[in-house]
Amino acid sequence: MADKARLRRRYRAERRFRWYGISATILGLLFLGAILVSTVVLGHSAFRQTYIKLDIFFDPKILTPDGKTDPDTLRQANYPAVVKFSLREMFPSVTKRNEQRQLFSLVSLGASDSLREQITANPALIGSRDSLWLLASDDVDQFIKGKIRPNAPENERQLNDLQMQWVHEIVARGLTNLRFNAAFFTNGDSREPEIAGILGAAKGSFYTLLVTLVLSFPIGIMAALYLQEFAPKNRITDMIEVNISNLAAVPSIVFGLLGLAVFLNFFGLPRSAPLVGGIVLALMTLPTIIIAARAAIMAVPPSIREAALAIGASPMQTALHHVVPLASPGMMTGAILGMARALGESAPLLMIGMVAFIADVPQGIMEPATVLPVQIYLWADSPEQAFVEKLAAGIMVLLTFLVMMNLLAVILRRRFEQKW
Amino acid sequence: MPESRINLHVKALARAVNVFYGEKQALSGINLDIPENHVTALIGPSGCGKSTFLRCLNRMNDIIDGCRVEGSITIDGADIYSKEQDVVQLRARVGMVFQKPNPFPKSIYENVAYGPRIHGMAANKKQLDDIVIDSLTRAGLINEVNDRLDAPGTSLSGGQQQRLCIARAIAVRPEMILMDEPCSALDPIATARIEELIDELRDNFTIVIVTHSMQQAARVSQRTAFFHLGELVETGATEQIFTNPRDSRTQAYITGRIG
Repeated sequence: MADKARLRRRYRAERRFRWYGISATILGLLFLGAILVSTVVLGHSAFRQTYIKLDIFFDPKILTPDGKTDPDTLRQANYPAVVKFSLREMFPSVTKRNEQRQLFSLVSLGASDSLREQITANPALIGSRDSLWLLASDDVDQFIKGKIRPNAPENERQLNDLQMQWVHEIVARGLTNLRFNAAFFTNGDSREPEIAGILGAAKGSFYTLLVTLVLSFPIGIMAALYLQEFAPKNRITDMIEVNISNLAAVPSIVFGLLGLAVFLNFFGLPRSAPLVGGIVLALMTLPTIIIAARAAIMAVPPSIREAALAIGASPMQTALHHVVPLASPGMMTGAILGMARALGESAPLLMIGMVAFIADVPQGIMEPATVLPVQIYLWADSPEQAFVEKLAAGIMVLLTFLVMMNLLAVILRRRFEQKW
Repeated sequence: MPESRINLHVKALARAVNVFYGEKQALSGINLDIPENHVTALIGPSGCGKSTFLRCLNRMNDIIDGCRVEGSITIDGADIYSKEQDVVQLRARVGMVFQKPNPFPKSIYENVAYGPRIHGMAANKKQLDDIVIDSLTRAGLINEVNDRLDAPGTSLSGGQQQRLCIARAIAVRPEMILMDEPCSALDPIATARIEELIDELRDNFTIVIVTHSMQQAARVSQRTAFFHLGELVETGATEQIFTNPRDSRTQAYITGRIG
């Protein structure tokens, strides 16, 4: 009788335990899902951008007032005036100066850039007339996407009543269009949300991580191999071991301060450069890689080492022919996870100036750059409403890279894992 | 206790060997002659130091932190603990087979070919193939693996794995083979095969085997050394040790009273 009661109690406890596990898993997935869904909901609209169709007359009187068509003149010509002229033609009734200014602000500064590109590529267009899709301003874009509430009080709205009326008219004439926002993937940062792109930050992240990988992977693996396989076990190596573990726990901002003090102030390396960012992140990643690599090396059964040594393999041959191949999936996984952490790191990079506003896409490790998480931070810090969707889209790009790296870690582990 | 009475060529010779693990003394004052082309069995209860002694013969103790060896061990008259002795070359001359089969997680072929390759024993692929086939043949494994040399060594059964390890050891043409309880992880049939193999290998190699099984020692060895509590109690012809031990401790061990 008592047996039966105990059995029932045990079953109940088992069921309860299972249920705790299931609910913990579901809760975790829910949080993750909430983050992902909210990011996608917020950010998906950034991949499309509003364009306005304008009748553009490439007026030679405006563009080449002195008749010269050399590249310099064409580059510096007054393209905004061409756009303004077109808008005035579209709304001839707008004559007051400040109303005109409000009208002109419906079209992005990027519109004149695209006109400049067309003319410098093909100067023969001067004097011609064409209807072109040009980039709308961020406020028009947000309005079209329904992110500006039309019935909000006018002084709290980015578009005033007059501008809204014009936009309605443009829409009614079928002159607006949402198109795939390729510029987001090909541009650097900009003060204008509709022009701002992620490529500058993505390339900055790429160069930074390249430096990090090149430095931290070989150094980390060699250090782990030496400490685990060759170093004598004494007080000095014990101390090194403890300090590596401590280093892994140091807040990343401290590494940033170190980079600022040592690399910028002492060695005079360039500010905001991926080179310095990469070195700082390498220092931060190094302990992680060493610890992961040592764990992987430790997991190689001693019998394999004995077997190799016993047939006359030297210690180096034993390490390189047997230990490293068996440990490499673990080493690579550790390295990739370390790199993924470095990719998501922003605090130390703030300290070395990678937080500056940089519109150009960096072309090397010495050029000023920013990185994906810092770019997201910068956008989050900007007042324009349109940056909200950019920032969510930036997060999506960053998460995509992170998922890809983690996937790579899994694939490598599967691919190279050996059984014994 | 030097054995002057035997007229065999002595391959290896231990004199006054002490081994310490840190502060702890594992072996004290071991004197032992190991005759060439014979099987010498080291027997004794667990923790008596027989494996420790075995691992002195190819300096595998070197990789254990805090292990210290005193005294002299010579092979063919040369002190293997002298400064001139390269430990890697020594281990190529003195092969070893372990308690638990430990093939590399590589193909059967690679397992055997690895040693000859790192020692530059084959000038080309053909020679290497020959060494591999010859070693597998001598280890009595060739018929079982002929058609799957590319299969992983770990896919074999325990007994086959152990014979693969023997093939791997003999592929580098050692002079001596040390076996540390090679059959303790195997079933009786696999054990019998290994024992047969040891008997065949005796013609070409000097073999030292550590075993817990006195029957095995009696079956495969010609010389037996009985260790007890870090001392070498008695050594002699296997027959004499098992039928007419001189020391009372040996008597007690082989009759099962200590162990």
